[in-house]
Amino acid sequence: MLRDKIKEKLSDKILAWYETSVKRIYFSVDKKHITETVKILFCDLGLRFITASATDLPSSFEVIYHFSNDPQGEIYSVRVLLEDKLKPEIDSIANLFPGAEWIEREIWEMLGINFKGHPNLKKLLLADDWPEGKYPLRNKQ
Amino acid sequence: MDLKTKALLKSIWVFHVSAGSCNNCDIEILDCFTPKFDLERFGIQLIGSVRHADALFITGAMNKKAIPRMKKIYEQAAKPCVVVAIGTCACSQHMFRYSYNVGEPLDKILPVDVYIPGCPPKPEAMIAGIKKLVDKIKRGK
Amino acid sequence: MSHKIIVPIGPYHPLQEEPEFFQLYVDGEKVVDIDIIIGYNHRGIEKLSESKHFDQIPFLVERICGICSSSHPYAYVLAVENILGGEQSIVPERALYIRTIIDELQRIHSHLLWLGLTGHFIGYNTIWMWAWKYREPVLDCFEMVTGNRNNYAMFKVGGIRRDVLDEDIPILKKTLDELLKALDLFRGAIADDPVIKSRLKNVGTLTKQQAIDWCVVGPTARASGINIDVRRDEPYGVTDRLDWNVILEKEGDIYCKTMVRILELYESVRIIRQCLDKMTKGPIDADVKDIPPGEGIGRVEAPRGECFHYIKSDGTNRPIRHKIRSPSYMNVASDKVGAVGGTISDATLTLAAVDPCYCCTERVVVINSLDNKKIMNGWDLIKLSQEKTLKIKEHYDGRPK
Repeated sequence: MLRDKIKEKLSDKILAWYETSVKRIYFSVDKKHITETVKILFCDLGLRFITASATDLPSSFEVIYHFSNDPQGEIYSVRVLLEDKLKPEIDSIANLFPGAEWIEREIWEMLGINFKGHPNLKKLLLADDWPEGKYPLRNKQ
Repeated sequence: MDLKTKALLKSIWVFHVSAGSCNNCDIEILDCFTPKFDLERFGIQLIGSVRHADALFITGAMNKKAIPRMKKIYEQAAKPCVVVAIGTCACSQHMFRYSYNVGEPLDKILPVDVYIPGCPPKPEAMIAGIKKLVDKIKRGK
Repeated sequence: MSHKIIVPIGPYHPLQEEPEFFQLYVDGEKVVDIDIIIGYNHRGIEKLSESKHFDQIPFLVERICGICSSSHPYAYVLAVENILGGEQSIVPERALYIRTIIDELQRIHSHLLWLGLTGHFIGYNTIWMWAWKYREPVLDCFEMVTGNRNNYAMFKVGGIRRDVLDEDIPILKKTLDELLKALDLFRGAIADDPVIKSRLKNVGTLTKQQAIDWCVVGPTARASGINIDVRRDEPYGVTDRLDWNVILEKEGDIYCKTMVRILELYESVRIIRQCLDKMTKGPIDADVKDIPPGEGIGRVEAPRGECFHYIKSDGTNRPIRHKIRSPSYMNVASDKVGAVGGTISDATLTLAAVDPCYCCTERVVVINSLDNKKIMNGWDLIKLSQEKTLKIKEHYDGRPK
C-alpha cells in the first residue's frame, strides 16, 4: 500500500499523520525536510503534484503541498509550518520539476513567503506597481 | 444627422475589450455573431483593430492591471466612439467591488453610453441594447 | 546573424476573448522561447471567499470562469461535503444524478466551443459556425433546466437547488440525439480531411515526460498518454455507476488533443443518456445547517482538467481559507515547452490547444522584441495560421488525381 511505502521511506521525518477520510491523508514534516519529501513523493513514488496552498494562521504560516495518487484516487497533503512570521521562508521545489514554479511565485506575492532557490521569483498575478510589502492574503493583526 | 453618424449607424464596427471578466459575457458577445442570432446581417462586425472601431464593447470588473490598457485602447479609437458596458461587472463591478485587485467602476474611467446588465446578458438583451444605442445616436448624441 | 524577435499575441484581439499576453521569442520563423505574463483577470476571489458564508460562495466561484461554470461550484461543494463526511453519504441520490447531468452537459458545450475556436484559428470558419450552432441547443437545455444559459446556480452544499422536471427529459433526449449526428460530422471532418490533419499532426507536441514534469491535467494530459481522469480515479456524482470510457491518445500533438475532446463528447452523451434513464425519484437537498471545523478537498474533472478546491473551516459560517486551483493553471504553464520549437504560424494553434481558460488562470501576455517595434499583433498571427492552411490546401488540391 502506498501509505506504508511513504511511512517507510520518510520514517522519523513524519511529525504527525492523520486521515480525515479514506482518500484524504495529511501528514506534517519539518520545513528542512521538504525537498527530500517531495523528491520521494514525486520522483520515486510517481505521485502527481496538484498544487500548494498557504494560509496565514495566528501562530505561524502553514504551507500544504497536495499530491495525487491517481490510480487509487487519494490525495496526500504534506503540511509544513513556518514559525518565523517576520521572515517566512522555505526551500523551493521548483528545481525538482517545473510544474511548481507558478504556484510558488503566487504564494510569494500573496503571502510574502520566500522560496529559497526559486529560478524565477517574480510577480505572477499582481501588477508591477503593486506596493511593496503589501500581501493580499495575509490577515490583518 | 451628419454623414459620419449616418455611416456609423449603417454598419457599426465593434471592438471588444475585456478588463478582467470571467469570459461569460465575452462568449455571449461572440454568440451574437453565430448563425442563431447573426448580428452581421445588420452590418455589425467584430474587428481586429481598435482604430477602425465605432463601438467599444467592454466587459469585466475593472482589474487593476487591465485598466491602463483599456484607457490606452479608448484613446486609440477614432472618435466618435461609443462605449458599451456589457454585463453586470462592467456596469457596477458586481460581487468583486470590494476586492483588493479591482479598481474604479467603468463609468468613472470612461464615458459610458449604453449599459447592458446581466450575468451574462443574453444575446437578445445585447441586441436590444444595440437597438437602444442606435436610437440614441439617431436622436443626436 | 539572425536576431531574436519577440512577437506579441494579444491582448485584446477579438477572438481571444480573454486578454492575455504571450511573448514569443522568435528566430526567423521558429519560436525559441515564450514568456507568459498573466494577471489581467485576477479578481481576488480567494480573499473574497473568506468574507462570504458557505452558502454564498457557490455564486462567487461560479464566476471564476464562464465556460467551466459548473465545475468550480461542484468542486467547492465537494470540498465542504468532504468535511461533513463525503458526497455519497450526504447528498440524496436524485441530486447525484442531476449533478452529473449538469457536469456532462457543461463538458459538451465547452468542447464544442473549443472546437469552434480551433476551426477558426485553422481558417475553417465553417467549423466555427457549425460547432457554435450545435452548441445553442445545449445552452437552451441549460436554460430550460436551470434558468440561465451560463451561470447555472445549481450547486449547494448537500444537494442541488432546482430539479429536472419530467417534461424536460424528452427534450434533453432529443437534443442529445441531434447532437450525435453533428458529432459524426465533426469527427469525419477532422479525421478525414488531409489539410486539417497536416495542420494539426506533429504540431505543438507535448511528450509524456514533459506532461508529467509540468503536471498537466485533463485532455492535454490524456492526449500525451497520461491516464488520469477524476471521474474514474475518484468518482463523484454517479460516474462510478455508469458505463463510459476514458479517452487516451499517445502522441501529444494538437491532432490528439482534438480527437480526445471529440471522442469525449460521445462519452458525455452516453453518460447523460444513462443518467436520464436511471434517475430515481426523491429529494434533491439534504438541508445541511452547520459546517464543523476541519479541512476538506474536493475535485472534479472540468472540461479542461482537474479542478481542485481546498477549504479550511473553523466552525463559524465562513471559511478561514479557500484555495482554488483551476486546470488551466497547470496547462497554460506547459505552453513554455509546447509552443517552443514550432513556427510562428503554428503558435496561436498551439497556445489555444491546451484550451486555455484564462479567467481561470489569469491571462498570459506576450511581449516582444529587441527594437521594441510591434511586428505583428494577434489578429495578424491568426491570419498567418489561416494562410498556412490555405497553402497546404493548394498543395493537396493541385495534386494530380
